[in-house]
Amino acid sequence: MSEEITGATGATVLLKALEQEGVDVIFGYPGGVLLSLYDALLDSPIRHILGRHEQGVVHAADGYARVSGKVGVCLATSGPGATNLVTGIANAYLDSIPMVVLTGQVPTSLLGTDAFQEADITGITMPITKHAYLVKDASEIPRIVKEAFYLARTGRPGPVLIDLPKDILAAEDVETTSSGMKLSGYQVPGRADDEKINEILKALSDSQKPVIYAGGGVITAEAGEVLKQLSEKAGLPVLTTLMGIGCLPSDHPNLLGMVGMHGSVTANYAVDECDLLIAVGVRFDDRVTSGLGHTFATNAKIVHIDIDPAEIGKAVKTHIPINGDARLVLEQIVDGLAGSSVPQFTDWWERLNSWKATYPLRFDRDRLTPQSVIEAVGELTNEDTIVVTDVGQHQMWVAQFYPFMHTRKLATSGGLGTMGFGLPAAMGAQIACPDDLVILFVGDGSLQMTIQELATIAHNNLPVKIVLLNNGVLGMVRQWQKMFFNKRYSSIDLEGNPDFIKLAEAYGIRGIQVDSNEQVKSSIAEAIKHPGPVLLNFVISPEEDVLPMIPPGKAITEMLGR
Amino acid sequence: MLHTLAALVENHPGVLARVAGLFARRAYNIDSLSVCQTENPELSRMTIVVDGDDQIIEQVRNQLNKLVAVHTVMDLTGKSIVDRQLALVRVKVSTETRSEVLQIVDVFRGRVVDMGTCNLTVELTGDTEKIDAFVNSIRPYGLAELVRTGRIAIMRSEA
Ligand SMILES: Cc1cc2nc3c(=O)[nH]c(=O)nc-3n(C[C@H](O)[C@H](O)[C@H](O)COP(=O)(O)OP(=O)(O)OC[C@H]3O[C@@H](n4cnc5c(N)ncnc54)[C@H](O)[C@@H]3O)c2cc1C
Ligand SMILES: Cc1ncc(C[n+]2csc(CCOP(=O)(O)OP(=O)(O)O)c2C)c(N)n1
Repeated sequence: MSEEITGATGATVLLKALEQEGVDVIFGYPGGVLLSLYDALLDSPIRHILGRHEQGVVHAADGYARVSGKVGVCLATSGPGATNLVTGIANAYLDSIPMVVLTGQVPTSLLGTDAFQEADITGITMPITKHAYLVKDASEIPRIVKEAFYLARTGRPGPVLIDLPKDILAAEDVETTSSGMKLSGYQVPGRADDEKINEILKALSDSQKPVIYAGGGVITAEAGEVLKQLSEKAGLPVLTTLMGIGCLPSDHPNLLGMVGMHGSVTANYAVDECDLLIAVGVRFDDRVTSGLGHTFATNAKIVHIDIDPAEIGKAVKTHIPINGDARLVLEQIVDGLAGSSVPQFTDWWERLNSWKATYPLRFDRDRLTPQSVIEAVGELTNEDTIVVTDVGQHQMWVAQFYPFMHTRKLATSGGLGTMGFGLPAAMGAQIACPDDLVILFVGDGSLQMTIQELATIAHNNLPVKIVLLNNGVLGMVRQWQKMFFNKRYSSIDLEGNPDFIKLAEAYGIRGIQVDSNEQVKSSIAEAIKHPGPVLLNFVISPEEDVLPMIPPGKAITEMLGR
Repeated sequence: MLHTLAALVENHPGVLARVAGLFARRAYNIDSLSVCQTENPELSRMTIVVDGDDQIIEQVRNQLNKLVAVHTVMDLTGKSIVDRQLALVRVKVSTETRSEVLQIVDVFRGRVVDMGTCNLTVELTGDTEKIDAFVNSIRPYGLAELVRTGRIAIMRSEA
């Protein structure tokens, strides 16, 4: 470390190292082995947000990272504190979210003895972390912290865990060694070979029906702008994954919508018919391919641009594999196009536009429907608004109906599909962006998985607007039972739900009840005007379905509800 | 088809667990695995023999390479290499068979490293085929115990 701190303890060295990484907030929950760290926090400029459950703090760090692009940091004590983080770590891992997870651990002398509150958290999280450290020498803290942040945010981002034994944090007169990183085995891909770019340009000029399939990697790479340039310059239609929403503004004429199970008809038909699929920052998830690598985009030459070579060729056969950074490679393609005349794919666009006209996303506007609530929120908010969702039907309706204009405005759990993500993630998003409006769309099932975080929201007066789409059931599961199990409803009734308004009020949060269509807009406007947090309880029918839908394991052509 | 991969990995506790975990989770078939320190004490070399078609092997290599503690992964299959295994074989012998067995050991250039009244222990190095052939030859006399290491391999030097 540049600065010599005399009499430094492991804890103070850690906090200084975090400061040097630009950390301004830690979401955490204390415990026995962390006492010296919590003591040192009192004298640190780093803000600590006390969650009400470790699952809350890890999702908050995740939400913080998604909307800010910075590394989220969370902290939990050894044993149960650490194991309570596991779901959140897996969630961040599957969605490639940069995060540093700090866990307390029993003293080094007791490691491996089944000591009080000992859990082998580096072992438990091995398959769900990008890397993990167990610190055995306090002098190594600066190097480890530096490496952890570098690993978390570069290449394919992901959670990195640092396990900190009690005696390491309490160590006194720590002499730190140099903080130079030792990561000689780690490489970050960048640009593509010119040869590869020429292959793409050639494929483009040979193509009559090209399409860009863009995902979360475009957002990670901050490549939305250059993607738009490419699309406009070459007249290329774009479809996105759930994770890629915002890559192109929702009103952009070149956008075909979301692809996959609950994607738009146009986007899915386009994949089915295209002759060139330019996949960028996507991982051909089975919610998109139905797990059917062999029936997906069968007419197409597939270009796959991804920073993680292990994703290329994993789920589908790729014709032009490109291991590189989405922004750099897209820039190379745009540069390569300069001067050359690209066909504007008139016939293809005619076909796409006719699908767009024939198969718009539809819903009933005469009743209080979830879609109309989302549409109204869309009208009353603006392009800077941050939208967080939980998992279920409401999540899909938001993906379909909220007008996202930019990247990093949607935080949603895609890969793990973690119910309970929403409320704490919204809390983290609001802390990352204190001046922006944060709206949470949540189901009554999901909300109850991490509802304790209402206390954190109230305590910190975080003005999150909670839009509860309350259907009294586990809607998404019910929909599958309705469609694929002959309406044999099993364990989806949430009878016993609390009075959510009273519950919000018990936490000191304003509650607004909405039972009819007429109240929708005024109640949303009122919530937005209110300076603090608000919970809006929209009572909707359990019969609403998310459509269209490609049944699980079925091909695009078997889509229901077109 | 069996592929021989050579991975240079950091010599830390936990690296083996990460590699083994990766193979288990993604259901890759390890035929054998051997690990030891290299000429550089900070690095270990893993020689992994794994079964799979080209696409699976490509995935294995990429997934291994993704681990931060893994420096390089090479597929030695089809390359000009020297590969060896070590076997320790305990063979049952009687006064009638002893000399025949010793002859076989000699043919395979094995070494007798221990001897009991009714068995002898042979050390043998060689590639997989040689060791298999030896084991098959002495089997009729009575194979009491067999221990063999995984394969290790090194590229031949370029002339
Ligand atoms: C109820 C439910 C329903 C769902 N339905 C759908 C659906 O209908 N449609 C849908 O699309 N999804 C759906 N999902 C989400 C789905 O499960 C996946 O999370 C999603 O499809 C993955 O998005 P992605 O392919 O963009 O990859 P991500 O998970 O966002 O991965 C990003 C990819 O980009 C790469 N990358 C990262 N950084 C860079 C960089 N700098 N440069 C280049 N590449 C980079 C990564 O290596 C990775 O391969 C659903 C989820 C739930 C919970
Ligand atoms: C932690 C967890 N448990 C179970 C599931 C399976 N699951 C997916 S959606 C869903 C129902 C969600 O219900 P709710 O939050 O009320 O939202 P809705 O679908 O009604 O909009 C369930 C149980 C899950 N995704 N996550």
